Amino acid sequence: MQAKKFIPLLAFVVLAGLLFRGLSIDPTELPAARLGQPFPQFSQPELSTGSDISVDALADRPALVNVWATWCYSCRVEHPYLIALAQQGVPIYGLNYKDDAVKAREWLSQLGDPYRLNIVDVEGSVGLDLGVYGAPETYVLDADGVIVHRHVGVLNEEVFQRDFSPWFPLVAAGSAIKADRGIE
Amino acid sequence: MIPELGHVSLIIAFVLAIGLATVPMWGAWRRDIAAMNTAPSLAVGVTVFVAVAFVLLTISFLRDDFSVAVVAANSNSLLPPIFKFSAVWGNHEGSLLLWVLILSGWMTAVAYFSRGLPLVMVSRVLSVMGFVAVGFLAFSLLTSNPFERLLPNTPLDGNDLNPLLQDPGLIIHPPLLYMGYVGLSVPFAFAIAALMGGRLDASWARWSRPWTNVAWGFLSLGIMLGSWWAYYELGWGGWWFWDPVENASFMPWLMGAALVHSLAVTEKRGVFRSWTVLLAIFAFSLSLLGTFLVRSGVLTSVHAFAADPERGLFILIFLALVVGGSLLLYALKAPSVASRVSYGAVSRESLLMVNNLVFTVSTVVVLLGTLFPLIMDAFSLGKYSVGPPYFNAVFVPLMALLMPFMAVGPLSRWREDSTRRWLHELLVPGLGVLAVAILLGFFGKATFNIWIALAVLLAGWVALGVIKDAWRRLTSGVASGLQWRRLSPSFIGMSLAHLGFAGVVLGAVVVTQESEEHDLRMAVGDAEVLGAYRFELQSLGQQAGPNYLADQAVFEVSRDGESIAVLVPEKRRYFASGQIMTEAAIDASLWRDLYIALGEPIGENAWAVRLQYKPMVRWLWLGSLMIGFGALFTVLDRRYRSQAARSAAPQTGAAAVAS
Repeated sequence: MQAKKFIPLLAFVVLAGLLFRGLSIDPTELPAARLGQPFPQFSQPELSTGSDISVDALADRPALVNVWATWCYSCRVEHPYLIALAQQGVPIYGLNYKDDAVKAREWLSQLGDPYRLNIVDVEGSVGLDLGVYGAPETYVLDADGVIVHRHVGVLNEEVFQRDFSPWFPLVAAGSAIKADRGIE
Repeated sequence: MIPELGHVSLIIAFVLAIGLATVPMWGAWRRDIAAMNTAPSLAVGVTVFVAVAFVLLTISFLRDDFSVAVVAANSNSLLPPIFKFSAVWGNHEGSLLLWVLILSGWMTAVAYFSRGLPLVMVSRVLSVMGFVAVGFLAFSLLTSNPFERLLPNTPLDGNDLNPLLQDPGLIIHPPLLYMGYVGLSVPFAFAIAALMGGRLDASWARWSRPWTNVAWGFLSLGIMLGSWWAYYELGWGGWWFWDPVENASFMPWLMGAALVHSLAVTEKRGVFRSWTVLLAIFAFSLSLLGTFLVRSGVLTSVHAFAADPERGLFILIFLALVVGGSLLLYALKAPSVASRVSYGAVSRESLLMVNNLVFTVSTVVVLLGTLFPLIMDAFSLGKYSVGPPYFNAVFVPLMALLMPFMAVGPLSRWREDSTRRWLHELLVPGLGVLAVAILLGFFGKATFNIWIALAVLLAGWVALGVIKDAWRRLTSGVASGLQWRRLSPSFIGMSLAHLGFAGVVLGAVVVTQESEEHDLRMAVGDAEVLGAYRFELQSLGQQAGPNYLADQAVFEVSRDGESIAVLVPEKRRYFASGQIMTEAAIDASLWRDLYIALGEPIGENAWAVRLQYKPMVRWLWLGSLMIGFGALFTVLDRRYRSQAARSAAPQTGAAAVAS
């Protein structure tokens, strides 16, 4: 028996250990580098007024920044819940991502407007700075304007109660929001 | 009732597979002929019951039985019937069943074609495959039951098949790919059986060779279809993305390429024996690893199945058993004495060793790149992805390194050869290829493109080796006339595969270097010139499909004022899922593709449009087809047909003649 014949086995044991570790990691979590950073600087038009705004416009905090677009079907699914949250007093800022402004305004007038304001990001440059995968995504800004959480995908009651409630303790759980959604 | 019958059938198959994994193995150990003789019938039994389960699942799909969870999640009453059929394997549960079906198909084929082999060998091989089947059937039954019902809350209609998968290419892509993936279990089983028997001579290599070639050929075809599909269906015009799931199929292919060549050396010369066994184990282990990566959710990818850590853990345990067990067996039983057969530094053996080294290093490089995000994450070093630049930077030079040897390999002699002879054979035509390469480097451009010149040089060099070799076989040793009979199926297959490889390399370099791409806004009446071609957007319209509504744009493409094609790209919105799909329109030819994809609508009468000119992109897939069919063609060789007769004779190892 030779020791070197055990090398493949040892290599595999290391690999298997790595794979086992990998099972407990969620690859879609926010890149660690973005967490704890202030919201990136930008100068973009606002959706309804057309005047340029900067990061200072996101003044009412803690707040949500919701990445959305009219071409995004899941955003339509998520929309009623955002309206319910806004009615509960959660400040929500929109990042209208790689979208057509005319359609976006139409969407808001038809489906309701949960946003304090909307950053128009036609080229996706703000999204790039933020590290957006796609729409919808929702970021939490704390009272100092620092990104403290990111959620990829549709935001709903369950996700909000689980991951977002530390920053919005006053949002009542459960019933009120469900009633507003008018489904289930 | 039908889903329940399917479930029962799957359970029966599971029980039979347990029998197959144990009884013949015990028989081989105790030399119990009756126990060993059960192997073929048990293998057929597993196949029959898995096939019944598969057919019953298919019937559930075709009958729109939305009480079955996978049907409800992956089909829809409006889905065209042909896609209902392919929806069976367009999901995790069904594709796993297809995996097991193909595995049992291979088992039955081994049982049928290996009747002439020693009984101990056949029973061990089938038993090892039976063990693999036990693992996957248990995986299916315990964590991914395809027959799970949604009762009593049966939905009225299904969620529909992912529109990305509603495509003819996707009907045959998974079966071909799995034929390759799973087919690698045959050489694996032969290697394990040989290790158990302690007889690692040339005979097991000869028995494994045709199976390996066929499996590897299917894998080539499957990967080729996947690349082609990504090209026209994803709407980006790319043909390879180094995505984790692509890599999952590419790693067994690379290892298989090493194995195919290493087996040749072991069969002909009796050297590289332990190494070949190891390659056979690695190739199938990488198939299993691919299954793990795709189905466990440890890596993000466009085509990964839904993440489920429980499933991941199951496959990981199974992977540890199969791979860990085989490598332990290898460590304990592989021959530690170096082979008595010697060969010179300049010989065909050395050239094939270069092949093995390059393909093995390539596999490691791709494996590291694929697992890199996982490694960084596991040590909490952040979220990273290495991306195509890494893969291209290391993979391209490796393949370039391989090609100079590729032309010489088939021409070279076993045991001992001389560089002078190689020079004599190849110097003059080689210089000719060099001249052509330099000339083509200037082609169509004001500046010299070194990459194209290099690609032409390397591809031409490989082609030259093939042609020289064929010519030598046809003419040597005879006064006049051509000896066509000397072109054996293995020679033709190998030559075809080598030419195909040269074609892929040439296509890849040219399309990377010379593609042109314009992203722009176009309204009706607008025209754009790309290279020699003029694209005019003539009209916009809408068209209803069976389960979607499409926005269409009609483009007329002209060259020198002459209309050459009308292209109609679409943007489809699927009813059930609301998903939006880009259907690119392509005018294809051997020398160039013209490619139009719609982006987003801009205002009332305009769209964001992507126009592309892709020269020689077809060569990628034509070349891959040649590699795949070349590998498949080799099994027609007479040597393999007389396998049964030969196996009875004692093995002499080194005495085999050059092919």
